[in-house]
Amino acid sequence: MERRDATADAAEPVIRRQFLPKVALSDLRLAPTIAAVCLAVIVIAALLAPLIAPYDPIAMNPMERLASASLTHPFGTDAYGRDVFSRTLYGARMSLIIGVGAALVAVLVGLPLGLLAGFFRLLDAVLMRVMDGLMAIPSILLAIAVVSLAGSSLWTVLVAITIPEIPRVVRLVRSVVLSAREEPYVEAAIAVGSSLPKIMWRHLMPNTLAPLIVQATYVCASAILTEAILSFLGAGIGTETPSWGNIMSEGRLYFQLKPGLIFWPGLFLSLSILAINILGDTARDVLDPRLGKKRDG
Amino acid sequence: MGAARNTDAAAAAEGDVLVVENLVVETTGRNPVRIIDDVSLTVAPGETVCLVGESGSGKSVTSLATMGLLPKGALAARSGRILVEGEDVLSARPSRLRQMRATRMSMIFQEPMTALNPVLSVEAQLDEVLSAHGSMNAADRRSRIREILSLVHLPDVERMCGSFPHQLSGGQRQRVMIAMALVLEPKLLIADEPTTALDVTTQKQILKLIAEIQERLGTSVLFITHDMGVVADIADRVYVMRHGKLVESGRIDTILTKPERDYTRDLLTAVPALSPRAARRATSKETVLETSELGMVYGRASLFRKREGTVAAEKVDLRLTRGRTLGIVGESGSGKSTVARCVMRLIDPTSGSIRLRGQEIAGLSRSALRPWRKRIQMIFQDPNRSLNPRLTVGDSITEGPINYGTPKSEARERARQLLQLVGLPADAIDRHPHQFSGGQRQRIAIARALAMEPDVLVADEAVSALDVSVQAQVLDLLDDIQKRLGVALLFITHDLRVAAQICDDVAVMQRGKVVEYGPTAEVLGNPQQAYTRELIEAAPGRHWDFPNFRPMPGAEAPLQNSPGG
Repeated sequence: MERRDATADAAEPVIRRQFLPKVALSDLRLAPTIAAVCLAVIVIAALLAPLIAPYDPIAMNPMERLASASLTHPFGTDAYGRDVFSRTLYGARMSLIIGVGAALVAVLVGLPLGLLAGFFRLLDAVLMRVMDGLMAIPSILLAIAVVSLAGSSLWTVLVAITIPEIPRVVRLVRSVVLSAREEPYVEAAIAVGSSLPKIMWRHLMPNTLAPLIVQATYVCASAILTEAILSFLGAGIGTETPSWGNIMSEGRLYFQLKPGLIFWPGLFLSLSILAINILGDTARDVLDPRLGKKRDG
Repeated sequence: MGAARNTDAAAAAEGDVLVVENLVVETTGRNPVRIIDDVSLTVAPGETVCLVGESGSGKSVTSLATMGLLPKGALAARSGRILVEGEDVLSARPSRLRQMRATRMSMIFQEPMTALNPVLSVEAQLDEVLSAHGSMNAADRRSRIREILSLVHLPDVERMCGSFPHQLSGGQRQRVMIAMALVLEPKLLIADEPTTALDVTTQKQILKLIAEIQERLGTSVLFITHDMGVVADIADRVYVMRHGKLVESGRIDTILTKPERDYTRDLLTAVPALSPRAARRATSKETVLETSELGMVYGRASLFRKREGTVAAEKVDLRLTRGRTLGIVGESGSGKSTVARCVMRLIDPTSGSIRLRGQEIAGLSRSALRPWRKRIQMIFQDPNRSLNPRLTVGDSITEGPINYGTPKSEARERARQLLQLVGLPADAIDRHPHQFSGGQRQRIAIARALAMEPDVLVADEAVSALDVSVQAQVLDLLDDIQKRLGVALLFITHDLRVAAQICDDVAVMQRGKVVEYGPTAEVLGNPQQAYTRELIEAAPGRHWDFPNFRPMPGAEAPLQNSPGG
């Protein structure tokens, strides 16, 4: 076998097929760009609410009840004379906290559960039946039950909204782990004596990140919406802490008189959710391995 | 085929079934990459032309272009002509192309399972071709379908008609594909690696079938393959491609005996000879790995299930001494990989014992097994999947030693040395697997296995996914490492050529059992069992001594007109 030598490796070209579109800055599509800009504006406005808002969001002013939109009150005032523009800005804070918080908690709880369920068949059988059970409970009903039992605060609302989202995350992570654990590199890790936690963290977990990011955006959007629904139904956070949902809830009594009471917070709510969903779709397109893994080099 | 062999290429220019002239194919997009560069070829009526090349040579793209199947928006023909029976494919309208496919030219693919529609019966799929292109009535179509299925020698045609692809074996599926391609009697059949996914004995049957049908219907065949053995068995003329360019072309005997270009020469010398290597003297008597009565049954009857399990391995007795190479050869489903995975304890054997340097490991618990794991390491088939794409080369190689307590800096230093040992630069340590070619990745996988300083290396089809020239280099590397480090090698392969080149002893497996076991020279040189003989006879190109550009000594004919002899 001496007729060949290993130095002939130079004659072994690296062929990379470029059949798949490469994502570059210049390829940015219109919809995700607009969505990102919209969301960025809303987030910045929420962060800087104390600086931007012209009035205290809970300061009542009976003299100016149900004022129309004007330079002093851009979105008008509500039945207690509170400035709707200021309330909408502060409401954005609450809605975003709920959305991001629910997404974070769902991922932090769902990821380890999903990893374990995907790896241990016995645990899988038990855990997934529990998850199936959780998924069978209508999320709004569960939220109303939790809030009415524990009283309405940011934390109870957050917990009530997050619990029904967890099974979705667990299922997703589990399905990724189930296919990834069959990869030869996982067997190779077993062969070199890596411990189970190490295999899960180093070899399995990174596979779940891309679909998790996508799922997290959906959880975020759905949590914002659920909070709005809860507030609208009166089971959400009290009106002393404005959120888009409870502003609309209060506004519905005077809707025919002053449509702006529902229109403005509703517009922000729709825009945020639309933007987050579009960004989630874009993230899926970019990260989905079936559409080509983005690789450097 | 015999008549066509005598046709001079120049004289056949008139009336060629396929003429490709100066074809150029590029990727679409801002920076076009040339995939096919100025390729010209012809196929005469009734002729078998082989297009040979390694992966990335552009041979498949050439065939797709001929079928008018270049992926839209990714590849496009920039110039040149492709004439099928005088009609240009590149300028044909889509509706005309659809008509031409199946009636004038048709194609069979490598993987019949994915090329056939899994939710339609065989009859429905054939009927679809007929009703889309012909004006036959239902009764005529019915009888035509039965006719073509019996032409491809499918047993029990009525039952076949109602079968779905998953109910058929790989060979049967490929026969259905061929029937589908030929049902409208096209003049040109393009076969893109049609036997690569099949076992050698099945491959032999399919090649024979293609030759037989060709003789009967006068079809021209453009056969795309990487396997020089297949080429030697079936080709009238050969085109050799590399990096999208034509390297050399000519009649088969000229190419095999007097290749003009270095690349063709390298391609031929890289084909491992089927004659077994000279026996090596045993350097050590120490048995490092021994299995006795090893058995693996999948899905055994349990409390809830009352059925016989699938026996994947039964009473396997093997013995491997230090510094030697033991090959396990067999076709798919023979249980050779099951044995490898049992020995690695990636799966738990259901019976029998495995002794690693005298220690019984078959029944050890996960924690008791841990110290023994490092003594036996594995090289997997597909280096694209056996290296975690997210980890750097260094992280992959050092993972094992760090698990066993080696400090990180020391492990990395060792990894650098190992990379050089396997023929890669030491600075490869900080790069990711995708920055390397397939052969280089397999070298990295070997370095990872060696980092554990094992006594036994298990190579499960470790060179099967590699091009023939790269395969030769990796085999040399394994040979070299064995000489230097004295590691014992358990080499699992379906390729008798590879086994003949690297193994001291060979065990032939069939349906979970070892049917023949002994020194390579004896087993492959003088097989005692019918199955072993069958395997050897099915090996493509066995009458040809490729590295020496001549027929095998003692072969009855220099070139076989019918595949497999």
